[in-house]
Amino acid sequence: MTAHAPLRVFLVDDEQPARERMREVLGDLAAELPNVVVGEAATGQEAIGALPAAAPDVVLVDIHMPQMSGMEFARHLAILESPPAVVFVTAHDQYAIEAFEVNALDYLLKPVRASRLAGALAKARATGGVRREAVDRAAVQAGQVPRRFFSIGERGRILLVPVADVVYLKAELKYVTVRTADKEHLLEEALTGLEQEFAGIFVRIHRSCLVARRRIRGFERVTDEDGEGAGWAVLLDGVAEKLPVSRRQWPSVKALASS
Amino acid sequence: MTPSSSSVPDALPDFRNLGVVARILVGVNLGAFVAAAIKATTFQQLMGEFLEIALVVEPALIASLAVLSAASPWLARLPYFIGLAAVATLVLVLASGAAFLRASVDSAPLGVVRAGAFGLLTTAIVAGYFHLRNRAFSPALAEARLQALQARIRPHFLFNTLNAVLSLIRKDARRAEGAIEDLAELYRMVMADAKNLTTLARELDLTRQYLNLEQLRLGDRLVIDWQTAEAPRDALVPPLLLQPLVENAVYHGIEPGVAPGTIVIAIRRERDRVHVKLTNPYHPEHQHRQGNRIALANIRERLALHFDVEGVLESGVNGSSYEIRMTMPYRRAAPQSVPGERAAA
Repeated sequence: MTAHAPLRVFLVDDEQPARERMREVLGDLAAELPNVVVGEAATGQEAIGALPAAAPDVVLVDIHMPQMSGMEFARHLAILESPPAVVFVTAHDQYAIEAFEVNALDYLLKPVRASRLAGALAKARATGGVRREAVDRAAVQAGQVPRRFFSIGERGRILLVPVADVVYLKAELKYVTVRTADKEHLLEEALTGLEQEFAGIFVRIHRSCLVARRRIRGFERVTDEDGEGAGWAVLLDGVAEKLPVSRRQWPSVKALASS
Repeated sequence: MTPSSSSVPDALPDFRNLGVVARILVGVNLGAFVAAAIKATTFQQLMGEFLEIALVVEPALIASLAVLSAASPWLARLPYFIGLAAVATLVLVLASGAAFLRASVDSAPLGVVRAGAFGLLTTAIVAGYFHLRNRAFSPALAEARLQALQARIRPHFLFNTLNAVLSLIRKDARRAEGAIEDLAELYRMVMADAKNLTTLARELDLTRQYLNLEQLRLGDRLVIDWQTAEAPRDALVPPLLLQPLVENAVYHGIEPGVAPGTIVIAIRRERDRVHVKLTNPYHPEHQHRQGNRIALANIRERLALHFDVEGVLESGVNGSSYEIRMTMPYRRAAPQSVPGERAAA
């Protein structure tokens, strides 16, 4: 057992005393379960930036944090090829706890007991990285959707694109193109899943396209490529392209525009 | 002091409360109207009868209310039945007096003795109404207390605070001790009987203790602007009036932000009313308002129970901040029960 190298632990919690307390308990455990704290962060974004250098085996993350919840943070981590293990920490969040139970995700309750922490760390070492489907499903079940960011994996790093910056999402063969005013990114997700999660933010205009509701500037009459007659295209803030609205989606898109 | 089987002791209504006065005015006039309607057969007659009765009833009613309002603090100190007897005597005198004056102007249809009897009957009916109302609201008060217990202090707060205190024990035991004392006092207040009014001074102390604990874990992110130098510390307020609202302000206004946020607590007295204003940063993207609505409804209900229509709570978004305004009548505690800076245990 003690043949292992010390477990590399990263702490994410917006409350500084909570991080300090976790360091204390980890220190108390060191003889029984060798570990080293390789970094800490007060927000999910900060942690995502620091992770590649810290290279932790386990991330202990608080659920209730400003801007990016612990669950969203874990979803972003999970897109990595070999993500660290994640153990959630919460003071009291009934919905989240139920979702963890259902999806076999490990969690600790604050205040954290050393024995429970030791158990969670040992288990994390055994089971390895956080599984994407489990954490995605748990976030939906706990009502912690939609995300504030899209995450794009780039050679072991995670690029976060704020959802608010996105103009449209377009399904390509295996990917979804995420278009912001000045960039394009490829997202490994299904458009239908995105449509459900971001129903209040994006609207489907075509079988393969969702546009941001508040970016819709207007509509223009265009002729179809196959010359089948005239249709409508949507004009969007931030991009010059006009995106065709399918005949099937037109009534609901139009209703949205006039409301 | 009278032993009573119900949990809420009988008490005379507060004759200075607008809601109470309105209820009495409407009730008595309705009674006069019914009396007129019984005697009359035509509409013309009805109006005549009502007017005739009103000539006696209105002066007696208004004079009674004026005297009762003036004597209200003194009456409130009497045991219930003695107070009731005092009120009945007063009404008896004023009603017969009004009838006597009316009789001296021209031959009155309403005799002095009958007027006095009507006065007593009306007093009994009104007293009965307020007695029943008191009884009807006593479960509501118990309910409000229960809700206060359940919805007030979030478990989220308790466990996070315990965790923060744990982090202090090894390096700053004294601060940890202070924090546990604050926590104990806070919970003693939350678990106490919420039926009776408390002083604003106590409420402020409690809120300060609560904020000390929040400061412990939130650090620089939590900034408090106390504008309470002119707060009437002896004003009577429902217990746990301020703390739950401040807790909401922290939960919805400070915790969702990374940058420091300010909560403004402004309390002042304007003539005979107490004005409370609470402001916190507004985070539109953090819309878990359910808990907030429950807390606001709970406090609004308790304000109504204690102050009837004179307790007002309004809330809304004002630019980038969320604002709660409360006003209630300024009632003073009896001097000996006003705690100083530290309440006696």
